[in-house]
Amino acid sequence: MQKLVVIGAGMASGRALEHLFDTQPGEWDVTLFNAEPRGNYNRIMLSPVLSGEKSYAEIVTHDEDWYAAQGVHCRFGEKVVAIDRAAKTVTGENGTVAYDKLLIATGSNPFIIPLPGHQLPGVVAYRDLEDTNVMIEASAIPGAHAVVIGGGLLGLEAAAGLRLRGMEVTVLHIATHLMERQLDAAAGFLLQKDLERRGINCILQANTKQITGDGKVEAVELADGTVLPASLVVMAVGIRPNVQLAKEAGLAVGKAIHVDDQMVTSDADILAVGECVEHQGAIFGLVAPLYDQAKVVAATLRGEEATFVQKQLSTKLKVTGCDLFSAGDFAEGPNREDIVFRDPARGVYKRLVIEGEKLVGAVFYGDTADSNWFFGQIRDGADISANRDTLIFGPAFQGGAPVDPMAAVAALPPEAEICGCNGVCKGAIVDAIKGGAVDLGAVRATTKASASCGTCTGLVEQVLASTLGGAFERNAPQPMCKCTDLTHEDVRRLIKSQELKSMPAVWQAGAWKTPDGCHSCRPALNFYLLADWPLEYTDDLQSRFINERKHANIQKDGTFSVMPRMWGGITTPDELRAIADAADKFKVPTVKVTGGQRIDLLGVKGEDLPAIWADLNAAGMVSGHAYSKGLRTVKTCVGTDHCRFGTQDSTGLGIALEKALWGSWTPHKVKLAVSGCPRNCAEATCKDVGVICVDSGYQIGVAGAAGMDVKETERLADVKTEEEVLDYTMAFIQLYRENAKYLDRPYKWVAKVGLDWVKEQVLDAGIRAQLVERFQISQSVYQKDPWAEHVKERAEQYVPVADLTKFAAE
Amino acid sequence: MSDWIDIGPLDAIPPRGARKVETPLGCVAVFRTGDDRVFAVNNRCPHKGGPLNEGIVHGQSVTCPLHNWVFDLSTGLAQGADEGRIDTFPAKLEGGRVLLAASALRARPVAA
Ligand code: SRM
Ligand SMILES: Cc1cc2nc3c(=O)[nH]c(=O)nc-3n(C[C@H](O)[C@H](O)[C@H](O)COP(=O)(O)OP(=O)(O)OC[C@H]3O[C@@H](n4cnc5c(N)ncnc54)[C@H](O)[C@@H]3O)c2cc1C
Ligand code: SF4
Ligand code: FES
Repeated sequence: MQKLVVIGAGMASGRALEHLFDTQPGEWDVTLFNAEPRGNYNRIMLSPVLSGEKSYAEIVTHDEDWYAAQGVHCRFGEKVVAIDRAAKTVTGENGTVAYDKLLIATGSNPFIIPLPGHQLPGVVAYRDLEDTNVMIEASAIPGAHAVVIGGGLLGLEAAAGLRLRGMEVTVLHIATHLMERQLDAAAGFLLQKDLERRGINCILQANTKQITGDGKVEAVELADGTVLPASLVVMAVGIRPNVQLAKEAGLAVGKAIHVDDQMVTSDADILAVGECVEHQGAIFGLVAPLYDQAKVVAATLRGEEATFVQKQLSTKLKVTGCDLFSAGDFAEGPNREDIVFRDPARGVYKRLVIEGEKLVGAVFYGDTADSNWFFGQIRDGADISANRDTLIFGPAFQGGAPVDPMAAVAALPPEAEICGCNGVCKGAIVDAIKGGAVDLGAVRATTKASASCGTCTGLVEQVLASTLGGAFERNAPQPMCKCTDLTHEDVRRLIKSQELKSMPAVWQAGAWKTPDGCHSCRPALNFYLLADWPLEYTDDLQSRFINERKHANIQKDGTFSVMPRMWGGITTPDELRAIADAADKFKVPTVKVTGGQRIDLLGVKGEDLPAIWADLNAAGMVSGHAYSKGLRTVKTCVGTDHCRFGTQDSTGLGIALEKALWGSWTPHKVKLAVSGCPRNCAEATCKDVGVICVDSGYQIGVAGAAGMDVKETERLADVKTEEEVLDYTMAFIQLYRENAKYLDRPYKWVAKVGLDWVKEQVLDAGIRAQLVERFQISQSVYQKDPWAEHVKERAEQYVPVADLTKFAAE
Repeated sequence: MSDWIDIGPLDAIPPRGARKVETPLGCVAVFRTGDDRVFAVNNRCPHKGGPLNEGIVHGQSVTCPLHNWVFDLSTGLAQGADEGRIDTFPAKLEGGRVLLAASALRARPVAA
């Protein structure tokens, strides 16, 4: 009998032995070592054991009787410490055995980040039954907290299991969305929402600094200072193939143990299988390919021909109620196109990635019923060009006549609900249309359908079209961009009515057709979100145009301009000296007095920005926001201080206005002016807000223009005091911030909503007070000098990440 | 072309963002997409020389900050009606580090 020694009784070797005994029972004398003090069990079912849905006994795959029946010498709980290839022996902790053939199946080791405190009791990995039992024990203490480091497959299964056992669970994940290797941002977002609904707290882009505790785990500390109490810390950040034995034995090892297509290592008598192998550059972490390898191992041992071929893999998460699926390659690429389907109401997201005639990848969330069919299409490389239009609807829609969405709507019964927000059914809409409401606006006005969040707009239009036949002309309002069918106004309504507070939430609810928007919608969404939810939403610099990301105006040659604030156009010799010094020091080619009453330093190198800002900051100056969709300048004239006609302190009021408004983000830029008398030397009558001082007080005009259009301001109100000017102005600007379309200057927005409506809001003392309050809440977050902030926190982003000029020249 | 140079950790580049790398032949922009893939391209827009590292990154594309031309980061081709192409360079992510192929940066001319 040939002697076979197997190192590791895991899922891969278990399968290999089964295949071997199936066809050649009794022909091998097998010795099986396993470091774990037990035989083979279904490791992937540890998650149901953790959650309490299964017991350990239920997941054992090979029990003692099985090993006995096959005559396997089991050396469980004994680790192999050396392989001697010359002598053809294997040495375990309790002695040496000889082999004719050796099978290495040592699997992987979980990776432990060597953070301070990682050795404290209470820090576990998630790999074997011992780990699982430690977790189950920790969860027995009522109200205990767990922190799971790693938001991948394993980490989330651990988190869900611990939560089901009643623990308070926080998941820390380094990337910007969960399971980023398997899911795109949209699906990752839906998953996070589902987990949060179960009470699992997820912190993304979390940078863990240390684990602390006295003799045992007590807390986890993040780099940003957050401290999370924890009596259990699960590290699920990845695995490393377990190759130490093979390396020491001198086998060829790269990322893992090199094997050929027959699963033979660089030594003809040694085979390897499972997560410890590297085949054609790939390593493995899911069981499907390991089972294929196991078949090949058994065949090779029997002396038969067999070849291991890598196949497409798919992933599912074993968390009950979180239906997700991902397969193939869903990265974007040249010649690749996306088909995206979102059903906001059901929380469904499906994305197919097509290359040429083939489906190459798929990500589903919320509805995975057809995932196997799609996986088959990917695996078989099926030609999908003929049914591409209906592909995303799944197998039920293939083969027959192409589905016509119009026919589907026409077939709906009258009581089918069309507008979920307002509970309007199809019959009510059809009645309204027959009663004369022949366009979208009229249907909205009479039935309220599609008047709230707007996601059913397309459906309402289809009802219109199917009811009116040829008479219906879609007076399609301009959608925001190619990513969505919704208009800017629809999206603003949606954000407010559904309380959407993140970009992925808007993409999902607004049925975006791209994975993460484009350069046109992202800046708009970023503004809408920060304007509506100043306290909850975090400004996303990567969704801002360069000028606002770098707080400087980009020039045609890629340099930048730097313009400090000069409050109300007033400066001092010290400020002027600091500006002159900065211009000298940074060799600024052009120093110009602008049309906005301040000084512009043009042609500054991107790398120098933080340094020049630091110098200007040191002289007491802050950014002038000459680059922002926000408050630009408040121009003033000299007013009562010097001018013989001045009626009020126009300079002082201008400065007060600028100090109240600076730093605020608005749909487009906002410029103000205050003139001391109707001679209007500050050109207040063509500003977004312009104040003319008169003997009896102040005339506040709004919605002027002097750029591409020229338009005189319209009178909003006449008031008596400076305080009133400030209040009215803040209220007007807040109203504009909350309602206007991105990139509409105030004069365009007022033309759309009507000055009367604006007056109704701003002149009503109650509404005005609320607008001012909301403006001030926003200012409490956003009124800060971005220069100082960037000098302190982001200076490294302004210089090249690496200089290879020397290195690469070698 | 297996001479990979480590230019820094992935974290140095914001998601949906880019950083510049100086090379003997000029400036290269290294991009990170929303799903953490990395690309390296000549930092100079073929239209009027816009610095692409300052553009908005969406999907696998970047929009030039000067006049909104959109380029696919993997082929370098301008999208839509615009015509042009930026040179692309091999880049990869390994163990959380961003690597560029040195030989490619020596071989081809990039922006001054
Ligand atoms: C620097 C300055 C010209 C100057 O040297 O005086 C200037 C420079 C620019 N203006 Fe202006 N505008 C400047 C005062 C004006 C004025 C006059 C004023 O503010 O009193 C106007 C007319 C009033 C108005 O805003 O309507 C003006 C109307 C525009 C417009 C048209 C806006 C419109 O809605 O019609 C644009 C284009 C835009 O914003 O989309 C524009 C855009 C620009 C940009 C930002 C072009 C760009 O996007 O890169 C220029 C940046 C140059 C650079 O490289 O820094 N600039 N621009 C002025 C800066 C004022 C300041 O201190 O902040
Ligand atoms: C909680 C969890 C959930 C999972 N869920 C899924 C899933 O849903 N789908 C999926 O496809 N995959 C899943 N996996 C991954 C899957 O379990 C592994 O891919 C698979 O178990 C690897 O099999 P293996 O035989 O290579 O290694 P293992 O199963 O790890 O077996 C290796 C064995 O070798 C032993 N060993 C190591 N070194 C020595 C030595 N020197 N001497 C003696 N013995 C040694 C180890 O103790 C171990 O028992 C999951 C994994 C875990 C931990
Ligand atoms: S008018 Fe304004 S936008 Fe036009 S060139 Fe002059 S500074 Fe630039
Ligand atoms: S320079 Fe890039 S689009 Fe003009």
